[in-house]
Amino acid sequence: MNDVAMLEIRNLHATVDGREILKGLDLTVNKGEVHAIMGPNGSGKSTLAHVLAGKDAYEVTEGSVTFDGADLLAMEPDERAAKGVFLAFQYPLEIPGVTTMNFLRTALNAQRKKRGEAELTAPDFIKRVRDASTKLGVDQEMLRRPVNVGFSGGEKKRNEILQMALLEPKLAVLDETDSGLDIDALKVVADGVNRLRSPERAMVVITHYQRLLDHIVPDIVHVLSRGRIVRTGGKELALELEAKGYAGYQDEAA
Amino acid sequence: MTVLPIRTAAETALVEEFAAAKARLPGGREIAARREAAFRRFEASGLPNRRVEEWKYTDLRALMRDAKPLATPPAARALQPQAVGDVLPGIEADQVAIINGVYAPGWSDVSAADPNVTITELFAWLAAHEDFRLDQAVSEPIDLALALNSAFMTGGAVVQVKKGARVAKPIHIAYRFVADAPAAMYPRTLVFVEPGAQVTFIETFHGPAGLDYQVNGALALVVGDGAKVERIKIGDEGAAALHIATVMASIGAKADYREFTFTSGGAVTRNQLFLRSAGDAAKIRIAGANLLKDRQHVDSTLVLDHAARGCESREVFKSVLDGESRGVFQGKIVVRPQAQKTDGKMMTQALLLSEKAEADNKPELEIFADDVQCGHGATSGRLDENLLFYLKARGIPAKEAEALLIQAFVGEAVDGIAHEGVRDLLSARVAAWLEARQ
Repeated sequence: MNDVAMLEIRNLHATVDGREILKGLDLTVNKGEVHAIMGPNGSGKSTLAHVLAGKDAYEVTEGSVTFDGADLLAMEPDERAAKGVFLAFQYPLEIPGVTTMNFLRTALNAQRKKRGEAELTAPDFIKRVRDASTKLGVDQEMLRRPVNVGFSGGEKKRNEILQMALLEPKLAVLDETDSGLDIDALKVVADGVNRLRSPERAMVVITHYQRLLDHIVPDIVHVLSRGRIVRTGGKELALELEAKGYAGYQDEAA
Repeated sequence: MTVLPIRTAAETALVEEFAAAKARLPGGREIAARREAAFRRFEASGLPNRRVEEWKYTDLRALMRDAKPLATPPAARALQPQAVGDVLPGIEADQVAIINGVYAPGWSDVSAADPNVTITELFAWLAAHEDFRLDQAVSEPIDLALALNSAFMTGGAVVQVKKGARVAKPIHIAYRFVADAPAAMYPRTLVFVEPGAQVTFIETFHGPAGLDYQVNGALALVVGDGAKVERIKIGDEGAAALHIATVMASIGAKADYREFTFTSGGAVTRNQLFLRSAGDAAKIRIAGANLLKDRQHVDSTLVLDHAARGCESREVFKSVLDGESRGVFQGKIVVRPQAQKTDGKMMTQALLLSEKAEADNKPELEIFADDVQCGHGATSGRLDENLLFYLKARGIPAKEAEALLIQAFVGEAVDGIAHEGVRDLLSARVAAWLEARQ
């Protein structure tokens, strides 16, 4: 069934400002799977997320990333998005002057255009947004406001998941989606993510803490330390990390 | 000892032009004396240049290489309102045409105008109002560009809106240059909005792209007590044109005055506004957007004189600077001792799209009252890389992401326009400018 992996990362090395952060990372993600990547601060979790999304400041010096059989690293960020890669930002940005509605429509139609699909009609688009936002408990009023401007931390994260629901990516990378959320907001966001789990969609959930994984239960858990994956296991690995901390892994990698 | 200033070619040409033209310029003896006095002021100092503080960033002596001869009225054959062009698509407006610096009734269309609005040729009106002095309704600043307009005033219109009138359609004052060779125009327009009236003015400026013509216009605007006025100026001069506009405004008590200046045309533009709050508790909104490329130079200079109590003023200016363009903003807020409870805020922002573009910003506050709230903010910078990445990561291509952010940047100023039709028109203009850039 899993003849070709959705995401295949081989020996990935990446630098930021000339400093090597990823030092030979390997990871294989098949469709339908939810992977958790855990690790201490500075281990390279966010770097991995940004390299996958294609941020300029992150330079890949070695290795390969194949997505659906294509060379992901050769693509511009917008091409990656159109191919189905979605990054839920740890710190979603505020865009003054651009309403959430306009932002969502522009993004969705840009992706559809790139895939050779017709742009959505206005009523069709509005219906989709309304359905998705209702499920996430996102207020319609929020959609008319500029993207993330004046939103609380929880609202910003919910807005990320709303974008994900609407854009229907094949691979969703969630970068510290739990950071800055209280337990109620965390549940709302996790429920939103869980609704998007599907046999056709893979997720990579990046987190420092195990608590998110109580709500988004992963199939596979990896420990990232000093730029490499140093251990892989089932969901019980997350509990072990919660109990023992990361100290042992930092030693192991040293 | 008398020091004879060394004149530039433009200054010499102006001196010769004035000597040759003054006998045939319109107006009675009083006007002739004003012209003479104004020209003496110009002669004494020459064109404004970088050593004149108010003109430091727009050195006319360097930017104005020559002075063009006075424009002649357009040929009679083309006298029809349509010749002005459909520059306000979708907006129904009464049209007052100022062609080659003079009021042109044949190009105007005020047949269906509100009976509460009167439009008269400038010098005909002045002849009928012998006691009226040009600087009595609105005090005139001492300024060399204005002095040249006062000396050469070629014509213009006087627009009066009666007390309490609610004028439904905007009044479109269309300034056009129609000719095959460059020339200079000095239109002067007077607008009197009586107390309690409500009206929208739209001024548009157009001319041929290939001619380096010169416009030095002046507008005196009196907004009566409790009147509600919006004035929108759209600067679409030809690419080689020099455009100077001096607006002098007096705002009455409890009046609501709003203005917006949009500039994307012309080679060199100076928009200067001298506004005085003459009565208490007026609300004043001054905004503008400049979209510049190549070597365009646009200078927005404001002097807001709070001379009455409890007025609120807001200024929002946005400049988008591409190529080797230069955007200048000078904003001065004066609060006089009697202007207690003044609430003034000024914000000006420049977005630099190119390494070679330049933004100059000079805010000034002169506050002589002790119970006021005044502030100003200024920013200039490039598009935020992190924001661009956020948009790209959602599938929006780089150019489209830039356009979206630029449109949003300008939108913060454009959205303050009260007239919906003009707001939509200018939003579309911004989009078209961005489209042409890609």
